[in-house]
Amino acid sequence: MISDMKPEDIVGDYRETVLTFYDGTRRKVLYTELETPYPDGKLIVSTTTPEGVIRQVNRAFVEMSGYSEAELIGAPHNILRHPDMPAAAFKDLWETVQRGEKWQGYVKNLRKDGGYYWVKATVIPNVRGGKVVGYTSVRRKPSRTRVDECAKLYPTLR
Amino acid sequence: MTFLFTVSPDFAPDRLSGWYIFNTWLQKQTGTAIHLEMYNHYQQLHQAIEADKIDLIYANPYDAAMLVRNKGFLPLAKAQGQADEAIIAVNADSSVRDVADLQANSRVAFTDDPDVRLMGMIMLEPADLDAGNIVPVLADTHVLVAKHLLKGEADAGIILAEAYDNLSGVIRKQLRVLVRSQISVIHHALMVGPRLQAKRGEWRQVLLDMAADEKGRGVLAALGFDGWQTIDDEEMEFMIDLMDTLNT
Repeated sequence: MISDMKPEDIVGDYRETVLTFYDGTRRKVLYTELETPYPDGKLIVSTTTPEGVIRQVNRAFVEMSGYSEAELIGAPHNILRHPDMPAAAFKDLWETVQRGEKWQGYVKNLRKDGGYYWVKATVIPNVRGGKVVGYTSVRRKPSRTRVDECAKLYPTLR
Repeated sequence: MTFLFTVSPDFAPDRLSGWYIFNTWLQKQTGTAIHLEMYNHYQQLHQAIEADKIDLIYANPYDAAMLVRNKGFLPLAKAQGQADEAIIAVNADSSVRDVADLQANSRVAFTDDPDVRLMGMIMLEPADLDAGNIVPVLADTHVLVAKHLLKGEADAGIILAEAYDNLSGVIRKQLRVLVRSQISVIHHALMVGPRLQAKRGEWRQVLLDMAADEKGRGVLAALGFDGWQTIDDEEMEFMIDLMDTLNT
């Protein structure tokens, strides 16, 4: 389960909406127009279970998401889902990695404080002894040109 | 039987003698005949790996992935607290203040060190630069990458952070670092090939005990290491997965 976002965590003016995930669960999200720039030279790294539950995060993940490590471990990865992201992108992600292939795309992530940050994300299945035991996701600083393209494209896909 | 040991060609030149001292020490400790062969270029190293000549290797992360997946190598240990990082530098007088200022067709100098190049190219992506729209300037060593920058023969250079930190102060003053990677989880690994796998546990223990022994500490100092630390199979798999995500 994923808890609703709380007004006391939000920095700045916010809007409110309810997201419905692929498994039918819902989350109230509060989001602002404040962007946190991706830091130079860093990678955000996490691993999840085959069901997408976060198992491991690095320090950059904690810093950029605004959540503590304890809040992240055991939470579904869609704790970062921003309402501006089209569901089709994540459907494609899951279908790709479940086929055992690598997925790459530009993603607008939602912070605990309601702000957002853009990443270039790569997700690969962790294959051990021929079996998928989870996924590794690595996010890096995206090109501004590609972010601007996606910011225009994604609303048309929702 | 004599086993063949090698070190990834990105070793710091002033550590060359350290690796020979380490090999002598390892032979004494394990009672095993080991020949150390140092290759100057990755091409030579990769030919030796392909021909299944190597039994023990201090491998860079890029090669480590291939050695585990294709050649049945297993990790022994890593140097304590050391990680592979890269920097993007420009001439100190360059008008480029940020990676994003670099334009298509920029001349980018780098060595054939595959993981440093990979990390460097990732740091150039925010400027929309990739292998298809830069002019590569290949250099034999990281020092020569710096020289290309100083002479104005390259607009930017990708340098192993450790090599950059070891450049003379005079050279570093004439360069400016635009970005330094902070990846932390990519590192070299000492690995054994199939012919040495029966000795893996024993050799790992010898390495872990090294820092507790006076002579061992002297050998470690010659390598510039504080000690060895175990890499388990899952940690290695994680690093390989990570390299895989970056290699696109």
